[in-house]
Amino acid sequence: MTRREAGGPALSLSKDGRREAGKMAGWLLVLSLVLGAGPVWASGGADLPFSFKPDTGNVASVQRGARNFLDYCAGCHSLKYVRYNRLGSDLGIPDDLLQKYLMPKGAKPGDTVLSAMPADAEKWFGRVPPDLSLSARARGPAWVYSYLRSFYLDPSKPRGVNNLVLPGASMPHVLGDLQGWQALHIETSKDAGKPGGAQHRPAFERVQPGRLSPAEYKAWVGDLSNFMVYAAEPGRNDRIALGWKVLAYILLFWGLAYLLKKEFWKDVH
Amino acid sequence: MSKEGVDAGRRRFLTLTTSAVGAVGAGVTAWPFLASLSPSEKAKALGAPVSVDIGQLEAGQMAIVPWRGRPVWIVRRTPEMLDTLGKVRSQLLDPDSRKPQQPDYIQGDARSIKPEILVMMGVCTHLGCSPKLRSDAGAEDLGGGAWLGGFFCPCHGSKFDLSGRVFAGVPAPLNIKVPPHRYETDTRIVIGEDPVETKGTA
Amino acid sequence: MAIVPNPHKTTGFLGWIDDRFPLTKLWKDHLTEYYAPKNFNFWYFFGSLALLVLVNQLLTGIWLAMHYKPDATQAFDSIEYIMRDVPWGDLLRYLHATGASAFFIVVYLHMYRGLLYGSHRKPRELVWILGVLIFLTLMAEAFCGYVLPWGQMSYWGAQVIISLFGTIPWVGPDLVTWIQGDFVPADATLNRMFALHVVALPLVLVGLVVAHLMALHEVGSNNPDGVEIKKHKDPKTGIPLDGVPFHPYYTVKDLVGVGGFLFIFAAIVFFAPDGGGYVLEKPNFMPADPMVTPELITPAWYFGAFYAMLRATPSLFGSALPGVVVMFAAVLILFFLPWLDRSPVKSIRYKGWVSRVALGVFSVSFLMLSYLGMQHPTALYTLLARIGTFVYFTYFFSLPFIARFEKTRPEPARVTE
Repeated sequence: MTRREAGGPALSLSKDGRREAGKMAGWLLVLSLVLGAGPVWASGGADLPFSFKPDTGNVASVQRGARNFLDYCAGCHSLKYVRYNRLGSDLGIPDDLLQKYLMPKGAKPGDTVLSAMPADAEKWFGRVPPDLSLSARARGPAWVYSYLRSFYLDPSKPRGVNNLVLPGASMPHVLGDLQGWQALHIETSKDAGKPGGAQHRPAFERVQPGRLSPAEYKAWVGDLSNFMVYAAEPGRNDRIALGWKVLAYILLFWGLAYLLKKEFWKDVH
Repeated sequence: MSKEGVDAGRRRFLTLTTSAVGAVGAGVTAWPFLASLSPSEKAKALGAPVSVDIGQLEAGQMAIVPWRGRPVWIVRRTPEMLDTLGKVRSQLLDPDSRKPQQPDYIQGDARSIKPEILVMMGVCTHLGCSPKLRSDAGAEDLGGGAWLGGFFCPCHGSKFDLSGRVFAGVPAPLNIKVPPHRYETDTRIVIGEDPVETKGTA
Repeated sequence: MAIVPNPHKTTGFLGWIDDRFPLTKLWKDHLTEYYAPKNFNFWYFFGSLALLVLVNQLLTGIWLAMHYKPDATQAFDSIEYIMRDVPWGDLLRYLHATGASAFFIVVYLHMYRGLLYGSHRKPRELVWILGVLIFLTLMAEAFCGYVLPWGQMSYWGAQVIISLFGTIPWVGPDLVTWIQGDFVPADATLNRMFALHVVALPLVLVGLVVAHLMALHEVGSNNPDGVEIKKHKDPKTGIPLDGVPFHPYYTVKDLVGVGGFLFIFAAIVFFAPDGGGYVLEKPNFMPADPMVTPELITPAWYFGAFYAMLRATPSLFGSALPGVVVMFAAVLILFFLPWLDRSPVKSIRYKGWVSRVALGVFSVSFLMLSYLGMQHPTALYTLLARIGTFVYFTYFFSLPFIARFEKTRPEPARVTE
């Protein structure tokens, strides 16, 4: 009896050590199935030059990101699933400011963010600039962040720039006046001979400064990336906030169920 | 198996508590399912207020504007049409529009903000058909000389006057609804929004 | 004309019902007077959990179907519509997507429990066979559902899986066209996948689950000792001495399992709904594009092992048929398990070390195959996948031989505490 109580986990433990071990193995199996993929998940950005942990809870950052997007990206890229009014209510932007600074003339609050791209965009860029609503989910937040920081000068390209993350990108470095221009050096580290290719540590060297300092640009891109994560899943903050409450409730229920089970199983043991 | 030494009180308490907590959880879980059936953001965006210019609307004419997927009528009534409104009062079910079929800033026989401009849902209060504007006073099929003009619903024969007030003795039980609307300029109406100073007009 | 009074002596409204419908009888037969062995352990949670997940899938599925559009031009948009515009739509979708993965986790563990304790052995062969049919239906159901978002993985997954039928000699190519209803996976394909996913297969699934439970309650549950509790009954009441009424004892115990499961489940739904790319794959956030194949086509994780076997099998005479045969055989062999395992004891507890090692190697190779199925096939991985495939089949075919020579420990007469 005391032994059972001392046993701890919410499952009644038997006196049979073998069974106990079996039970432990069972839980471990479930845990490993659920969490074992952890390292694999984390490795999603292994090939990217920069890591980035999104924080959509930082509403001020997401707001700045929204401004950055509409100033610099919305000319060519749409967010066809994002509605202005949702943007306003999620990011705490009052209607009048939303209309004044973020919405184009004639747009209704329920409209989605469409680009001003002319129909013959393909002629100019080689392809139609893609819709970016889901880019942070399709590519990952770290990819977006890295991409925006990885434009470098490359005279072999028609536009004079290339991108480390998306080689041959047809997009010009729109943020060049902010970031400045950088050159790429591939540092060959001592592991370079091994297969896999990830041993080349890229290093960027600023060739020409832009309007923002490197730290400011980093923050600017961070804001924009946060916004892209928000745009890919506007319900993200609500989901996380609700999650804590749900988990707390389940713990309460679990505890009661455990006590109830122990009470009834007094009959059996 | 034995039930000796069972604390029945504790057992009942735990059963009730767990059941109650479980029931609350199930109830709260039902909420997202039920709430998901209410209008989506897309439906709301489509149901957003619409702005209409009535500068071109001539006297006696009706314009039909879709709002929330339903027709909204805008009629510029002639002085003769407005004259009929007082004459038919005795035949109406609710001549003073007491039933809440209109915003509180819509009052009087004309049931409108500006007397000559009628803004009204084009939906019969019987079963939701869209009635027709029949301004042809004295029409044989609608009662001859007694018909001074109004709206006639082809589905079940309900009749309304030129302010959408229902006549007694027809299937429809209520006056036709007036949607919230306001004048943005003298000739531009926004359907779906109340006037800015509702209190002043009420 | 008087009605014969029901034998349960219920009165009032319940009595009225019982005179006309076996309500109290069903309640007793399957809950309060269904006697289950009292020594169930951790592994016995997964049956009730599978039922819970099934209910979750049915409910969230019905609700998603109210907003989803089975149309190649609108499907992807309608998913985003659910995610953004429908109130609580994102939660409904996450519950359904995570539920699909959870379904396979609990079903795999449930099946593994059968392997451990010999739950497929006489007299429970039909319980097992119905279970394998459920597993097969579930695979078809999961595949059809996977196609519906019409993202890149949906499209190319459909392309690859349907192409498997193209390896069948003579009729293959025509069969593929017929299955697709077009020359490529297209609108018609999506539309029929939808019909199968929301109507046909759930009906079959629910029917099989009912049959599975009926068969189980006919023969009674196995237990970790693999001994029959019906052999030792109370002479007066006829109740198995080692049995306890399912309700309340196992209903309250299963609630504990439900709590633990829901905690993990909710943690994924609310904090990692992509499941690190295993529940919702990144490429599926891009609309289907018949012109561009994603860099790595992987099956959903729960098909990984079978997909690895498919890829590991070399083609023969220029035909990929052998791989397809091997893959289907890997599932079909499960049907024969009750007759392959001939050990005098059911439970792994009383089998010898050969059986234990064999099951261990089998488990490891299955997990390895599941992993390999989701990776780029390098030379090493292909070799490992071949070894894994060999181990998978060898395990089943070695069972009769192991039974012949292995010295087992004596089974106890009664279940152990």
